[in-house]
Amino acid sequence: MAQIFPKWTNETPRLITVGSLAGLGVTIFALYWWGSPWNTDVGYGPKQPVAYSHKLHAGDLKMDCRYCHAYVERGPHAGVPPTQVCMNCHKQVKKDSPALELVRKSWDDGKGDTSIPWVRIHKIPDFGYFDHSAHMAFGTGENRAAVGCETCHGRIDMMEVVHQNQPLSMAWCIDCHNDPAPSIRPIANITSMGYRPDNMWKDKAQQIAATLHPPGALASAMRTTADGKTQTFATAGCSGCHR
Amino acid sequence: MSATTEATLPQDPNVRGDVSLDEPVKGREALVRGGHSFHEVTEMVLKVNELPVAKTPNGLKFGIALGGAGFAMFGGYIGYLFWMGPGIWGNNNPVGWAWDIVNFVFWVGIGHAGTLISAILYLFRQKWRTSINRYAEAMTIFAVLAASSCVALHTGRIWMDFYLFPLPNQMGLWPNFRSPLEWDVFAVNTYLFVSLLFWFTGLVPDFATLRDRARVRWRQLFYGMLALGWRGSTRHWVHYEKAYQILAAFSAPLVLSVHTIVSFDFAVSQLPGWHTTIFPPYFVAGAIFSGFAMVQTLMLPARAWLGLKDIVTVKHIENMNKIILLTGTLVGYAYAMEYFVAFYSGNEYEGFTFINRSFGPYSWAYWTMVSCNVISPQLFWFKKIRTSVAWSFVLAFFVNIGMWFERFVITVTSLHRDALVSSWDYFVPVTEVFFLLGTFGLFFFLFLLFVRFFPVIAMAEVKSVMPQANPHWEGYGHGAGHGPGQTAHASAAHGAHS
Repeated sequence: MAQIFPKWTNETPRLITVGSLAGLGVTIFALYWWGSPWNTDVGYGPKQPVAYSHKLHAGDLKMDCRYCHAYVERGPHAGVPPTQVCMNCHKQVKKDSPALELVRKSWDDGKGDTSIPWVRIHKIPDFGYFDHSAHMAFGTGENRAAVGCETCHGRIDMMEVVHQNQPLSMAWCIDCHNDPAPSIRPIANITSMGYRPDNMWKDKAQQIAATLHPPGALASAMRTTADGKTQTFATAGCSGCHR
Repeated sequence: MSATTEATLPQDPNVRGDVSLDEPVKGREALVRGGHSFHEVTEMVLKVNELPVAKTPNGLKFGIALGGAGFAMFGGYIGYLFWMGPGIWGNNNPVGWAWDIVNFVFWVGIGHAGTLISAILYLFRQKWRTSINRYAEAMTIFAVLAASSCVALHTGRIWMDFYLFPLPNQMGLWPNFRSPLEWDVFAVNTYLFVSLLFWFTGLVPDFATLRDRARVRWRQLFYGMLALGWRGSTRHWVHYEKAYQILAAFSAPLVLSVHTIVSFDFAVSQLPGWHTTIFPPYFVAGAIFSGFAMVQTLMLPARAWLGLKDIVTVKHIENMNKIILLTGTLVGYAYAMEYFVAFYSGNEYEGFTFINRSFGPYSWAYWTMVSCNVISPQLFWFKKIRTSVAWSFVLAFFVNIGMWFERFVITVTSLHRDALVSSWDYFVPVTEVFFLLGTFGLFFFLFLLFVRFFPVIAMAEVKSVMPQANPHWEGYGHGAGHGPGQTAHASAAHGAHS
């Protein structure tokens, strides 16, 4: 009887095995990394309507972040400054610069009613609750501490155009909430860029972390793991962030 | 063996041929009646498979079309569910689980007969299994597919079902491994996978037969691909037997574990009526009970329509009925024991649940269940009834109905009387009947396609239990046989040649 299949079909079991393993690997990689915020969001830095340089203002001129983002310690949003804040200085400084054309138009001698259409970079979905002020001060008395701007936003003082520095994924939130100690700093250093904690603070940070409570929970729910890390049960309640 | 045994052997495969009772071991009834040769068995089994597509028998065509219509309707229903959400069901507080879970447990229970027949009966050397294992396994796979579709659809947000699997993700979230519902995902998937492998392994030699007999190119390619290059060499058979044995050893514990875990879905919760330690064995017995009943329901018409009465004889039917009787009695015992435990615990909530179950608003469902599951199989104590094709079919049908109601009773009656009297409710289905019909459509569509294109009898295995396969068979040229394992029937069939 004539052969039904050509000789190369003898290879199919191997091809199928190798092919399906490779396919599985590619699928997992595609979903896990290629489709994740590590790939899709980090580095997102769109062109802004005004060529505002954070490197110049926050880096070289050493302006405090809170001069413009004034609500960061008080409200859920850090706040994008109104045109008036720009004009506080630019009425005197570089007042005829062509780069500031749009800013002057928006201000219009204090009578302007058009905002500068800044492009938003950092955005978490509506179903995730996030409050800047809760991260700018927490703990009581001796144990008061904060998360610095640079921890989540990166070295803004070095960015000509701001881009997203961290993935803002859920795992990224939870990783920090499960071991907050390395990311917390004294309140005085909130806006410091390139902050390095000394050894004394590292111990203190562990102490502080142990007094914290997970989002949405009223009581402290920390525990110390075998390797000496302090963990919140941030993941114990979904409703802390998904309210 | 005496000549009288040959003389008394009935020719009708619907009548048991228990003969030679003076020699209970050697005188066992032949598993294949009618004195067929190997070739005749092949011809008989493959008759419907080898018909050209255009010449598909009208009955089968109609069945496939009807099943396909049901399947298509199911697709539409899934779309509707996808669009509207589970609000199209009657589920509400406090009855949060209703037909979705009832259908799931019903189908996954049916799926238990296949592996029991193929694995446990195989390991116990029950040779009669060879005539029925193939379509029992096919039934298993399609039933588990129907069950999976129920459980995948009941989540509400169908597009989030991937949360059931431990996939690495940017949320840093894993399934809750402490939940029996998660164990269920693994149990059912393992079961589906192992059953599929088992079924396919058994099919390989038969696919090779189909390939070798194929006259048309597409059939050669189709069956050739499925046959995986099987040539029937001794080495192939050695590997086949080993693989089959390993898979049997894999599946045997699954028969017990899968429905045990399904029962944990209920038993691990703390609801009176669910929170019962008897649930695992009770569910397993019920699953085998319902599975065998479904095998009977499918097998009895199939053997008549496909002309397989000589391979699936009344002996097989009777053996199946005995298992139905055994498991039905076990299930009846479990029902009684639930009441005893409720009484003996002295717990008033437990007691209320069970009194409410038999005399409350759902008592009609409870008594349907009891009459179908406990009373009807008891008729199989009578030999006349358990060797009658008509009775077997009717009683198996009752068992199918009863086992659906059992799941309904467990799920819905336990839920509808909440701890808070103000939330008591009476569950009424809204569009769920289309859900159930849809799963039947899916099941029958696949099953009838299987009947049309795959051999419904494990030919290679059936041949191995025929007298000709016995190395000591000396039927030709010797008149009445005298070798060990010689069956009365073989001598009847082949004595004529001498």
